[in-house]
Amino acid sequence: MSNQGPDNSKIVKRLLLTVAGMFAFGFALVPLYNVFCEVTGFNGRTNNEPAAVSQHEVDKSRTVRVQFITRTAQGIPWKFEPEIKEVRVHPGEVRVVNFLASNPTRDDMVAQAIPSIAPAEASLYLNKVECFCFNQQPLAAGNDAEMPMQFYIDPEIPDHITTFTLSYTLYDMTANATPESLALLESTE
Amino acid sequence: MSTVVDDHNHEAHHDHKPSGITRWLFTTNHKDIGSMYLWFSLIMFFVGGAMAMVIRAELFQPGLQLVEPQFFNQMTTVHGLVMIFGAVMPAFTGLANWMVPMMIGAPDMALPRMNNWSFWILPFAFVILLSSLFMEGGGPDFGWTFYAPLSTTYSNDSTALFVFAVHIMGISSIMGAINVIVTIINMRAPGMTYMKMPLFVWTWLITAFLLIAVMPVLAGAVTMVLTDKYFGTSFFDAAGGGDPVMFQHIFWFFGHPEVYIMILPSFGIVSAIIPAFSRKKLFGYSSMVYATASIAILSFLVWAHHMFTTGMPVFAELFFMYCTMLIAVPTGVKVFNWVATMWRGAISFEVPMLFALAFVILFTIGGFSGVMLAMTPVDFQYHDTYFVVAHFHYVLVTGAIFSIMAASYYWLPKWSGHMYDTTLARLHFWSSLISVNVLFFPMHFAGLAGMPRRIPDYAVQFADINQITSIGGFAFGLSQLIFLWLVIKCARGGEKAPAKPWDGAEGLEWTVPSPAPYHTFETPPKVE
Repeated sequence: MSNQGPDNSKIVKRLLLTVAGMFAFGFALVPLYNVFCEVTGFNGRTNNEPAAVSQHEVDKSRTVRVQFITRTAQGIPWKFEPEIKEVRVHPGEVRVVNFLASNPTRDDMVAQAIPSIAPAEASLYLNKVECFCFNQQPLAAGNDAEMPMQFYIDPEIPDHITTFTLSYTLYDMTANATPESLALLESTE
Repeated sequence: MSTVVDDHNHEAHHDHKPSGITRWLFTTNHKDIGSMYLWFSLIMFFVGGAMAMVIRAELFQPGLQLVEPQFFNQMTTVHGLVMIFGAVMPAFTGLANWMVPMMIGAPDMALPRMNNWSFWILPFAFVILLSSLFMEGGGPDFGWTFYAPLSTTYSNDSTALFVFAVHIMGISSIMGAINVIVTIINMRAPGMTYMKMPLFVWTWLITAFLLIAVMPVLAGAVTMVLTDKYFGTSFFDAAGGGDPVMFQHIFWFFGHPEVYIMILPSFGIVSAIIPAFSRKKLFGYSSMVYATASIAILSFLVWAHHMFTTGMPVFAELFFMYCTMLIAVPTGVKVFNWVATMWRGAISFEVPMLFALAFVILFTIGGFSGVMLAMTPVDFQYHDTYFVVAHFHYVLVTGAIFSIMAASYYWLPKWSGHMYDTTLARLHFWSSLISVNVLFFPMHFAGLAGMPRRIPDYAVQFADINQITSIGGFAFGLSQLIFLWLVIKCARGGEKAPAKPWDGAEGLEWTVPSPAPYHTFETPPKVE
């Protein structure tokens, strides 16, 4: 037998390092994926921090249809609907759309809305100045609420996007409520 | 290392080995460990096969007859896991253990104690996985791909056992791969340069690197599922800021190289058998090596072709479509090389050759349906239908499994020292060949007509096609009992096999007597 390469232990060490590196890489894919999606808009997420108020000229030559869809996830029996199913806006124009939520249960609950846009490409051009989805939404038993969403479309939006759909899914977060949500709940009672 | 070799030198002449169960528990001998891997994989092949029989029995008629839908889901899930991690991968590791040292003229694997560990943790992984089937709430039922949120929000309590079982299987594969790499780099006989190594050694070397690269990613994915389900993290939970689609990206980043892990060693096996029975040198040896390496590299760039229907942008879909189709090029190089090897050869049709030929033809059919699936626009029709089931069973059963059968028939005389019953072997081949096509070919049509996979019931229009499929399935299952009988018979006795039972075979493994002595090549052979 001839040892043609480096020591066995040296190779094993290198291979084990590779294994550890690839295990770490598996987890590194999570932030990488998020950054990638933020830059490209591939997964249809919208901004979850307030955008600056529009400084853009309103482009009256174009109109974009924005459609709204709402749904509730398993385990949250709220009613949750947009006040209007569809709006037509000029790029640069600021609009407010209200979403109506009511909690028909006998329990105080906290919900979180998660947005998604189709086609995903449009998500890069939707700027929310204010949105109920930035925070958890507490709602006492039997109460209802009007939740505003203020937005404008970036005039840079490509011409081929004439319509896009913004969907909100409402998740039950009562078990993971933030202290602020709980404080809000108490103040309403 | 040298002390171990010296010890072996003392024992070499009388083949000393401990007797009884301790021989197997404590063995560090590559041949013993190889045999254990192969027996283990054969047992798992029948366990996974029994689950396939349950699936086919339920699908024999439309409606729900035999099992509950949830149990049906457990059967499809565990069938996949057992066949991939229990049957195909250990069989290849077993073949590597037996053959790699003998093919490169090494006395044993480079890390014999780790070799013992990498085998012996495997049975525990499968005891954990299979025992979950008998627990309250049942075993894993979310498909072998364990997509979130099926495996997180909606999975049953045994999910932790599934996760730990996969961890152990992963550790076992990684240790096996490290051992193969170190053995091939450091233990080649003098003169055995890289470009003289048999292709089975080459393909396994590349496979081992794939294993090292992606098994840790699988471990990461199952760990994320574990923490999402039990510890409140939100990797894949949209409510907490995660993304379920990201699960699919991470999973298939492992999953696609994994499918090549299960086929590259087959290429090596077939590249040994076809020249032996064509009595010609392998056509295009170096192009085979480069083709294998390019398939391995491309395998990291194609994962999202499993996810065309998740709503990716068109640009990404086109990128993954073209990369996937590109894989057909090196694969085509291989198929044409095998055909060119046979061209004007003095071909004879012994059983290993029959399986190898069936492999070339049927694997290519699986490759063609793979190219069809790679096309984004049509994939929207094929996605999650029986067309996909037909495709991956053609590449895994008539591909990977047939090549393992071919390898067994080729090297069984070397392992056991006996010639097997060729009448039984031919019976096994022909019954398998016919039944496997009755089993999987009609699935293409069921899939094109829109029958979804992983569903225990179906529309009545699919009744005939499923009945034919099930009959093929039962016949294929029964045919494998012939193989079991043949192997047991051959292990227990039979006509004495010569050192080189195939006149056209080449390689160092045929220079040692049959059965291969307990220790081989303590003195390295001369490679010209």
